[in-house]
Amino acid sequence: MTDFVLLVVTGVGLGALYFLAASGLSLIYGLMGVLNFAHGAFMVAGAYAGWVVVSHLTGLAGGLALAVGVVAALAVGALIGLVVELVLIRPLYERHIQQVLVTVGLSLAAVAAVQGIWGPDARQLPKGEWLSSTTSVAGAHVPNDRFLFIAAALLLFVGLKALLQFTRLGLVIRAGVENRRMVAALGIDVQRTFTVVFVLGSAAAGLAGILGGVYASSVTPGQGGSMLIYAFIVVVIGGMGSLNGTAVAALAVGLVQQLTNFYAASGVGDLSVVLLLALVLLLRPRSMEGAR
Amino acid sequence: MTDVRTPPVLRVQDLHVRYGRLHVLQGVSFDVPATGVTALLGRNGVGKSTTLKAVLGLAPRTGTVELAGRDVSSWSVMRTVRDGVGYVPEDREVFGDLTVDENLRLVGKDVGVEAPVVRELFGDLLARRTQRARTLSGGQQQMVALARVLLRENRLLLVDEPTKGLAPRLVTEVADVLARVATTTPILLVEQNLPLVRRIADTVVVLDAGQVVHRGSAAELVGDPELTTRLLGVSMKQGAAGD
Amino acid sequence: MTRRLRTVALPLVLLLVLAYLPYVPTELPGLLPDRVNGPGSMQLLAICLTTAGIALSYDVLFGRTGLLSFGHALVVAAGSYLTAIAMSSLDLPLALAAVVALVGTTLLALVVGAIALRVGGIAFAMVTLAFAQAASIVVLRNPGGVTGGEEGLTLDRDLMPNLLLGVANAPYRYWVALGFLVVAWLVVAWLVRSRVGHAMAAVRENEARAAVLGLPVYRTKLVALVVGSFLGALGGVVHAVVLGGSSPHITTAEFTLSLLVMVVLGGAGSSWGAVVGGFLYAYADARLIEVSGSSLLDHLPGALGGVLSEPLFILGTFFVLIVYFAPTGITGLGRRVVRRGEP
Repeated sequence: MTDFVLLVVTGVGLGALYFLAASGLSLIYGLMGVLNFAHGAFMVAGAYAGWVVVSHLTGLAGGLALAVGVVAALAVGALIGLVVELVLIRPLYERHIQQVLVTVGLSLAAVAAVQGIWGPDARQLPKGEWLSSTTSVAGAHVPNDRFLFIAAALLLFVGLKALLQFTRLGLVIRAGVENRRMVAALGIDVQRTFTVVFVLGSAAAGLAGILGGVYASSVTPGQGGSMLIYAFIVVVIGGMGSLNGTAVAALAVGLVQQLTNFYAASGVGDLSVVLLLALVLLLRPRSMEGAR
Repeated sequence: MTDVRTPPVLRVQDLHVRYGRLHVLQGVSFDVPATGVTALLGRNGVGKSTTLKAVLGLAPRTGTVELAGRDVSSWSVMRTVRDGVGYVPEDREVFGDLTVDENLRLVGKDVGVEAPVVRELFGDLLARRTQRARTLSGGQQQMVALARVLLRENRLLLVDEPTKGLAPRLVTEVADVLARVATTTPILLVEQNLPLVRRIADTVVVLDAGQVVHRGSAAELVGDPELTTRLLGVSMKQGAAGD
Repeated sequence: MTRRLRTVALPLVLLLVLAYLPYVPTELPGLLPDRVNGPGSMQLLAICLTTAGIALSYDVLFGRTGLLSFGHALVVAAGSYLTAIAMSSLDLPLALAAVVALVGTTLLALVVGAIALRVGGIAFAMVTLAFAQAASIVVLRNPGGVTGGEEGLTLDRDLMPNLLLGVANAPYRYWVALGFLVVAWLVVAWLVRSRVGHAMAAVRENEARAAVLGLPVYRTKLVALVVGSFLGALGGVVHAVVLGGSSPHITTAEFTLSLLVMVVLGGAGSSWGAVVGGFLYAYADARLIEVSGSSLLDHLPGALGGVLSEPLFILGTFFVLIVYFAPTGITGLGRRVVRRGEP
């Protein structure tokens, strides 16, 4: 029973990380039709930005330093997103294959650049005393950082929901996810909305990057790659551009992965996630056609 | 006949649209007078909808599009729309996940179902303001599609098959709205329903295989069964029964 | 006349030159590691030719049909690994193992393709990526010790023909690679001229219109995917022969991405483009590592030198530039230059 509680909480924690990584990807795809392969590189950028800050703030307590690091990760993610959208994505408006290719090239170059500057090896990320310890939940010793992931994901989910539901920007985004061509045909500046969403998504990627670093207690140039693939799977299962779908899918993927990895065999969890994807595709292929 | 005394609101010259190797519009030229309804007619697939899209900039175009005497060929869709071209697409394209009110509020900050134009022309929508557009009937969706462009000041409306798939009573309703709007704003209308064209259109432009094959008055064309059959492949009766 | 020259005479002459290279003892310092027919050069060129053929197989999907697959590594790796496994687990000789691998991979492609093609465009890219990733995970986990995990597998020497073994026989492996490239070239040339090939072109151009014209879009895409996968699997077999085994590197998403980079660099939708892109990429991949180790970069300030010594940084940047400024790739650029030169 304690095993099960531990697995569920850690599974939800992992799902929370997936949600952080996938929500931006899903919104960007849903609204702009852009599959952002560089999303993983943005996570790496956020992770290293956070790590650089934390390793320079040795005077601060671990938790406080990490908080500053998280802000840095968000800011760097947003800034990179802004530059990439304006310089690389926008000139290729509606040319989706070229947009994917550009983000592929960018992801290769960016990860290689990080590796060139800081080396290929993992760098330790000090995360303070509280995050390194555990809390007892129904007899299970749950690592505290899982609570941080869950809180961050909840905050992002509620924040994005509120943005979509109660603001004019959110209204334009919801309409654009459904039919962006028609939004433009109503005289609405859909390009500006693209930029805002891309920046938001990239900031979320930066956050996912630094929290992924907390999860592994270190940052590496390769950490974005595997995370990105699970994020893709979550986006596809959840239905592109659907925030609720992304949240449910992230939870499902995190839980399935943790539970099967434990009760079946290590590695089966990763495979069962792909099986889940195949099943979703067979049962409701139309869920992922995205916007016009 | 085309009114030669006032300049046309829209002048299209040598308009071409190519999708890959498919040459959809092959040098279309026509004027839309500054008043009344101009109907764009032709058989299925001759490029009527494409012409509207190309005027707006939604289709990849070459050639000249002049709006109120200014060359707008290089303008973006958004700029053209903001300059006062309202577009009601084929199949309505309302946002199904959004409520009626949200569909209308999308157009501008201070508008919604409470706007006077909506109250005046589309009273039905008031009661359905919180309903998702997806759940509306075809006729109601058409009203939303029309209402959202009328919330802006327009110098020209592009309306694509507004009565397609509607019940006869609704066809009349839509026609009434269009006729009222046309008293203040010129309309370029794609329409298959010839009785409706005869009722509200003043001028007609007929396309065939990506080119203009006839320009003239609506009454003249619709009143000549031989000409209608030759140009449109339908007689009045079939046209009326068709939709 | 010139068209004839380009489509038949030029490839034929090039083929003869390439086939003759193992008899050329010239040294090309800087370009090749030793004599042209030395074992190092032969091995390098064999890898380049194999990669060119695999790039060509990927172009059947991406360049010819417009299918943005991120799962081509799956079929190349399946070709390579199934050969090695059939030899190690079933004691089959190389030729039989290759047949098993080709049949197995083609069936795999049929099943995965039938599922993945239920969605189009970008979603197809994500789904193929997920399947390839699953395979990559399996290979790395080494179930039952069958895939060798991170170590990879070596082909059982006892089950290999002697001619393909040893340093001295590098020219034979080179000829096998060349033979694979020729087969891939001919299959693609035949495919694009066939009815399916025309349907593929129509689907690439505009899928919705192809459907309106009554073309069987789904079936066309599936045929392209299966033929491309078959050639990719054949490339995987040859890759295993040339390298003497299977390495988990060819299962990864990075490997598929590199195929995409090759095809776009060379020029998508053209056999010359894919072949030139694949050849140059494999060559650059092998040689850039030497450049990055050179003293040239030592004079640059730390971070900049570090970044520039990463081959993938240079390739990635170059790739972005190509997408923007030369969307038809290197061969497209070449063709434009040639045309401008013509009167």
